[in-house]
Amino acid sequence: MSDVEEAITRAHHEDWARVVAALTRRFGDLDIAEEAAAEAFATAVQRWPADGVPPNPGAWLTTTANRKAIDRIRRENKRDDKHKEAQMVYDGVPPEPLGAIDDDRLRLIFTCCHPALAMETRVALTLRMVGGLTVPEIARAFLVRETALERRITRAKAKIKAARIPYRVPSAEDLPTRVSGVLAVLYLVFNEGYLATGPDTDPLRPDLTAEAIRLTRLIRALLPDDGEVTGLLALMLLTEARRTARVSAGGELVTLIEQDRGAWDAALIAEGHRLVRERLAAAAAGVAPGRYQILAAINAVHTSARDMRDTDWSQVLALYDQLVRLDPSPIIALNRAIAVAELDGPQVALAAVDRLQDKLAGYHAYHATRADLLRRLGQSQQSRAAYDKAIELAGNTAETAYLTRRRDQLR
Amino acid sequence: MQYLVSVIDDKSNPGSTDRQPAISAFNERLVAEGYWVFAGGLADTDAATVIDNRGEQAVFSDGPFLESKEYLAGVWVWEAPDLDVALKLAAEASKVCDRKIEVRPFQ
Repeated sequence: MSDVEEAITRAHHEDWARVVAALTRRFGDLDIAEEAAAEAFATAVQRWPADGVPPNPGAWLTTTANRKAIDRIRRENKRDDKHKEAQMVYDGVPPEPLGAIDDDRLRLIFTCCHPALAMETRVALTLRMVGGLTVPEIARAFLVRETALERRITRAKAKIKAARIPYRVPSAEDLPTRVSGVLAVLYLVFNEGYLATGPDTDPLRPDLTAEAIRLTRLIRALLPDDGEVTGLLALMLLTEARRTARVSAGGELVTLIEQDRGAWDAALIAEGHRLVRERLAAAAAGVAPGRYQILAAINAVHTSARDMRDTDWSQVLALYDQLVRLDPSPIIALNRAIAVAELDGPQVALAAVDRLQDKLAGYHAYHATRADLLRRLGQSQQSRAAYDKAIELAGNTAETAYLTRRRDQLR
Repeated sequence: MQYLVSVIDDKSNPGSTDRQPAISAFNERLVAEGYWVFAGGLADTDAATVIDNRGEQAVFSDGPFLESKEYLAGVWVWEAPDLDVALKLAAEASKVCDRKIEVRPFQ
């Protein structure tokens, strides 16, 4: 990549959201902001190779985008008063939470992740407006048609305008719920990258996990005192650290227990552990941890063991017990049972898993877990039936390959 | 900004019928805080008549335009600065009425 191309890529990563956010504030219109930002970057691609990279790329892009936006408003002959009428609600009041950075990007994120928008819409809008991914890129990532995605984004922008979804950081009272809504969007993007669904997609999508991590880092920079933001970042880093060890050369999923721990990314693990320690210190000072912090702590225990046999399973189980109290979902209970199997044996774990049948009968991991426990108990026939069911329901190609091998190895 | 706030009831699983005092108190608050524009409860959908006069002569049909399990039981019109304010009030309204609420902006 040439120096200029590199500068453009860097500017895109660092300044896209800043440009869109600043223009949205100035013009009160996401559509104008998005289009003008895209045009400014296209202009940079044309001009920078000949003119050279400007000394302050971010300022150059903002100025250029501003000019493009004004051109468009003039072109459409929008009278000033008519335009003002349609502007998004922006009150200019700095965000309340202590430690929050007053940055337009924070307003942009909360608007894109507004609870009045459908989850798929929040994901698409966040990746487009904040992440700067193009419509074809997002469509490819989620295996939807470009036209359908384009329509979804257009409808969302129209709803934001028509229903007056504000361009604002929520009040301190609403902030925890709204932040958790933003984190849910980012975690969904990450998980789609980590365990991609669909027979026609790669089992791992590092572009998506990287984007989720980048955006979570941004939110942590803007909301440095929010424990759950830090927790989610730590969780993502500790999961991402194991990515390359997670799928074999033959395209088969490798479980945590069988992974080559030497292939884990030591730098990511060190950073994740540092963040978990930061949250443990806060917990010791009396701040109750949320679910992402506990999940990160569980991953910290796993990544602290150099050998699977060194895993501190009683610590893992204690953390799951804490998590179950916070989130009584059957999926958490299923994962807890896996730790139970290591401590109290597969028989006890199987009893716990079987109790989840009503709620999880349609979930592949439920059947995969049962299959593994039954295999360890020597109940081959039942294990085979459970593997069959898991294979039928699994959406990830590497996971299907793993489950199939395991089933075929049953005696 | 004005929002049409619809109260949605469900014929097979209706909300409780003792909500009137709570709704009156909520309405007084809406008035006092400047959100209230209009409010009204509706008679049963059986009392509705649909009129179609797009053709040669007006055709009247007995009953609502759409037969469904869920139906509009009442409406408010609120004046609110933005959707966050309207949604917060709507969340309270849903509790007060013991029914689902739809918030839809006027053009």
